[in-house]
Amino acid sequence: MAFEKMKLKEIEVWDGNMAASHAMRQVQIDVVSAYPITPSTPIVENYSKFLADGYIEGEFMMVESEHAAMSGCIGASAAGGRVATATSAQGLALMMETLYQASGMRLPIVLNIVNRALAAPLNVNGDHSDMYLTRDSGWIHFDAYNPQHVYDLNFIAFKVAEDHDVRLPAIVSQDGFMTSHTAQGVRTLDDDTAYNFVGEFKPMNDMLDLDHPVTHGVQTEEDWHFEHKARQHNDLMTKVFPKIEEAFDAFEKLTGRRYNIVETYHMDDAEVAIVCMGTSVETAAEVAKELRENEGIKAGVIGIRVLRPWPYKQLQEVVKNLKAVATLDRSSPNGAPGMLFNEISGVVINLDKRPVINNYIYGLGGRDLTKVHVAEVFRDLKANADAGKLTTPTQQFIGVRGPKLSYL
Amino acid sequence: MLEIRWHSRAGQGAVTGAKGLADIIASTGKHVQAFAFYGSAKRGAAMTAYNRVDDKEILNHEKFMKPDYVFVIDPALVYTTDVTINHKDNTKYIITTHMSTDELKASQPKLADKEVYTVDCIKIAQETIGRPIPNTPMLGAFMKISGMYDIEFFKDKMKGVLSKLPQKIIDANMQAIQRAYDEVK
Repeated sequence: MAFEKMKLKEIEVWDGNMAASHAMRQVQIDVVSAYPITPSTPIVENYSKFLADGYIEGEFMMVESEHAAMSGCIGASAAGGRVATATSAQGLALMMETLYQASGMRLPIVLNIVNRALAAPLNVNGDHSDMYLTRDSGWIHFDAYNPQHVYDLNFIAFKVAEDHDVRLPAIVSQDGFMTSHTAQGVRTLDDDTAYNFVGEFKPMNDMLDLDHPVTHGVQTEEDWHFEHKARQHNDLMTKVFPKIEEAFDAFEKLTGRRYNIVETYHMDDAEVAIVCMGTSVETAAEVAKELRENEGIKAGVIGIRVLRPWPYKQLQEVVKNLKAVATLDRSSPNGAPGMLFNEISGVVINLDKRPVINNYIYGLGGRDLTKVHVAEVFRDLKANADAGKLTTPTQQFIGVRGPKLSYL
Repeated sequence: MLEIRWHSRAGQGAVTGAKGLADIIASTGKHVQAFAFYGSAKRGAAMTAYNRVDDKEILNHEKFMKPDYVFVIDPALVYTTDVTINHKDNTKYIITTHMSTDELKASQPKLADKEVYTVDCIKIAQETIGRPIPNTPMLGAFMKISGMYDIEFFKDKMKGVLSKLPQKIIDANMQAIQRAYDEVK
C-alpha cells in the first residue's frame, strides 16, 4: 500500500469529529467529496491533513457546496469506489435533493452528520432538526451517543451499506458539540484490524467496469418508478436489519463492544421509560439509575440506535410491558406532536396492552438538557403510570424561558 | 466525579489545556470528558471550558456543572464574569493575577469567603514561553493544589501531549509548569 499506517494508543482522547476522521482514514476511502460546515468541519479538516501527511491514498475533492459534495460522492460511488463525506445543518438541507438520488441509485455512501439546528435564527449548536430531514430519504441511519460510538458505527456503516444484498447509503449521526467537540476516551483499533473488519471495497454495477456497461440515474415514469421505490423500501424493511445484526455481532466478537438496534438501559423490570436519541440517552440512563436508588421509580431508557430502518418490531418487544413512556424530540415539530411520539405511538397502537405516551420537545439550538430536567420527566412518567392515564398534557417543552409551554 | 470549569478568553488555550489535562488523566486509566461552550466566540471573548474525571464511564452529557475547581486564566474575568456561579461549598479557585490572594479577595468581594489560590500564569508564560498563553502553567498550579499527580510525573506526561511542538517550546512549557507549581499560593 502506498500510504503510511498510523500508530494509535489503545485509548485516545478524541472528540466525535476526530473519531469519525480516524475511522474514515482507516477504511481507506477512494473519494471524499466535501464542503465544510460547523460543527462537522473538523471531520474533513482532519481527514485532509491525514491525506496531506501521507496516511491516505484516496482522493479528496473540495467542492463549492454541499449539493456538489454529495453529487461528487454519487459520481464517485457510481464509478465504483468507497465514498464518504460529512456535513451539518444548512449543509445537509442543501444536500437533501442529492440524498434521495444516492439512495435511489443504490450507492453505498457513508455520510457523517454532526447534528446542528436549522436556521433561522442562525445557530451553530446541536439539535436534531437537520437529521430529522433525512427520515424518508432511503438512507440507513445509525445514531451515536458519544465519540466511541461515532468511531465504531462508522465501520459498521461501511460494512452494512456496501454489502451487495444491501447497497444503500448510510448516515452516522452525532450531536453537534456535545459529541463532536467533547473529548472522551476512545478505544481504538489498529489500522489493519479496522480495515479488515470492513474489508476491501467490492464494486457492483460500477461505471468504470467498461466491459459491462451500465446506466445509472435513469428516468422512469409511471411505468417503472413505483417498482424501483417499492423494491428499495422492501430491501430497507427486510434485508437491512439482518445485516446490521451480523455486523454488530462481528464487531462485538472483534472488540467486545456490543451495539443493538434498540439500546436499553435499566429496562429489565422498568415500568416507565424515556425514548430519545444522541447524548441525551446516556444522560437519561444516569438519571434513571439515580432515581431507582433515590426515589424507587422503576425507570429505564430506550435509545434509538438505528433510526432507519425504523425498528418497529424490536421496539414493540421493549415497550410492551411499560406503563408510561416519554418520547423526547430534540427538534421543533412546528405544528405537530414530535417525530418520536408519532413513531412510538405507531409501534404500540396494535398491542393488546399499551403504555401511556407523552412527548417533550427539548434542547433546541443546543439548549442544555440537565439531569434535573430528565428527573422531572421521570416523575411525570411515574404519575402517569400510577394513574394509568395521562396526568400531563400530551406535549410539553423542557427548558424554554417564559411560562411553561404545553399542548394537546 | 471530579469537575473543573475553566474561565478564559478565546485564544488563551483553555480548550487545549482542558484536552491536554484529559489526555494525561486518561493515560492513568480514568475516564474523562473535556468540552467547552462555543458559539460564535471570537478571539478575546470570554468563554468557559470543562473537565470531568471519574473512575467509571462518564454518561452525563449535561453542560450544567457544579465544579470542584474553577480555573481563571485571564485576570480581568474575575470582574467581568461571575466565576463563582454554580459553586459548591468546597469549590476551590485557582486564579491568574498579579495580586496576592488577600488583595484579590478585597477587590472582588464574591471571592471573600471562598478557597482561593493565586498565581500569575500570564507573567510566567510570558517569561518562559514568550507568549501570554497561561494554560500549561495553570495545570502546574493545579497539580500543587490538588496533589493529583507528582509534578515530575505530570511534566513527563505533558511532554507527550506537547510532543509535536519544537523542543524549545516544550522546554519552556516545562519551566512554566514548574514555576506555577512553585509560585501558587
